[in-house]
Amino acid sequence: MSDLRDLYQEVILDHNRKPRNFRVLEDANRTAEGYNPLCGDQIRLYLHVEDGMIKDAAFQGKGCAISKASASMMTASVIGKPLDEAESLFHRIHAMLTGEATSNIDAAGDGLGKLAVFAGVREFPSRIKCATLPWHTLHAALSGTAKAVSTE
Amino acid sequence: MSTTTRAFQPPSTGSTDWDVERIRKDFPALHQRVHGKPLVYLDNAATSQKPQAVIDALTTYYARDNANVHRGVHLLSERATEAYESARDRIKRHLNAASRREIVFVRQATEAINLVTATFGRTVVSAGDEIVISAIEHHANIVPWQMLCDEKGATLKVVPVDDRGDLIMDEYVRLLGPRTRLVAITRVSNALGTVTPIKEIIRVAHGQNVPVLVDGAQAVPHQAVDVQDLDCDFFVFSGHKAYGPTGIGVLYGKEARLERMPPYQGGGDMIKMVTFEKTIYNDLPYKFEAGTPHIAGAIGLATALDYIAGLGLDSIAAWEHELLVYGTELLQAVPGVRLIGTARRKAAVISFVLEGVHAHDLGTILDQQGVAVRAGHHCAMPVMDRFGVPATVRASLGLYNTPGELETLASAVRTAREVFG
Repeated sequence: MSDLRDLYQEVILDHNRKPRNFRVLEDANRTAEGYNPLCGDQIRLYLHVEDGMIKDAAFQGKGCAISKASASMMTASVIGKPLDEAESLFHRIHAMLTGEATSNIDAAGDGLGKLAVFAGVREFPSRIKCATLPWHTLHAALSGTAKAVSTE
Repeated sequence: MSTTTRAFQPPSTGSTDWDVERIRKDFPALHQRVHGKPLVYLDNAATSQKPQAVIDALTTYYARDNANVHRGVHLLSERATEAYESARDRIKRHLNAASRREIVFVRQATEAINLVTATFGRTVVSAGDEIVISAIEHHANIVPWQMLCDEKGATLKVVPVDDRGDLIMDEYVRLLGPRTRLVAITRVSNALGTVTPIKEIIRVAHGQNVPVLVDGAQAVPHQAVDVQDLDCDFFVFSGHKAYGPTGIGVLYGKEARLERMPPYQGGGDMIKMVTFEKTIYNDLPYKFEAGTPHIAGAIGLATALDYIAGLGLDSIAAWEHELLVYGTELLQAVPGVRLIGTARRKAAVISFVLEGVHAHDLGTILDQQGVAVRAGHHCAMPVMDRFGVPATVRASLGLYNTPGELETLASAVRTAREVFG
């Protein structure tokens, strides 16, 4: 049970039960789709970008608790951020989840605030893609990739 | 076989003379801990664990007899050829095929179906023709036919299933038409456990001179198969789901059909004589076995089939049925569990979802408690669509599973409910 609580921390369960920004964004000007063919997780991400800032973010889709909570917390954390900061957050989260931490990014997720709860996912290799899917989708939306993102 | 449910009465080993604890000793991989808990292996429909006899057969082959087959004049090559060809004979007997020429070694059921698609399919199917499959097929028995239909301008017809997961036979009969060139249907659904009325399916198709391919991948480990009694035209299965090695499988085809089919792949072993002007193909079954085959795999597979035949396939089926009934009762008693697939005749597969917990999360939580299951779409995405779920958790049982393991499964599912509150 203790290992499971490392993965399914209360904050993750809360975002799974009540995902934030779980809606269609009518005035979105950047969208991207992500898909994990192994488990069928799907996400459609909506961003409203203005003056180099993410003014609003929302998502729709279906997936496991990890992917849903990750998408929920991601949207909450990028709203109000300049595009370059959001992009930099993507790289830091990716480094934390995949263990490719560099000297200035602690693998425990120091400086990532609430998002550090996903550090526990690293101990569950088959679930890392669940957590990274929304972030790859964000990366695609920011870089204007038209093709749907796939974890495979 | 009784399907009467008994309230939470674990099957007693005395009722079937099934000494599961003794049998478990034959499977070294079962005796380990994962995440600090005893392994409960319930992913047998994905692949089964291997008995020591199979592991020994592989080791012995490589340690003593290893050589190429059908070509050497030296002793080792003779021994390897003898072991490989006698494996074919053993498998022929296991399936009760009429001739060893009807047993073609392939990599797995998937390759067997692709072989039939590329040879029989390409020569027989043309624009406007139809191929009939069912709504509960594995992707391996969907995609090759789809590719063939796309290439030829033919149409794939799908026999629907009812809410229990049983084929709607009236619809099947209706779908068979003058343009139907082949029926390709599974004996046992990997995702739901449905056992199809395959003899009836074959009888009806043959009434209209339509040949039938049976996907037996999930049948061979669990029940006796008699291809002559079934009267199927093709029967395919994989070794690794039937306690044998990976990378080896079998295509059975009626000799007259195989004779008329062109070769699959070109290369060595499938020829009699090669000149740059013309090649004369080898006789059956070698016409379909280009290149050095998986010799050790064939020997291992024959050993696996001998092993299950030795235990008795009817005894295996009876034991697994008791486990299925007991496991179904235990899971149905967990609040929030919904079974997906409740066919009238089922093999030992329990596919289910837990309200409020995604199958992937449930799979992780079970794994942490030592319970290995499959969580996902089971390579049968149309089945998931039919039942309106993105994924299920599937506990698939084998001859070595125990009532106690099913209790561990049920208790692990209850833990998942607690974690998710």
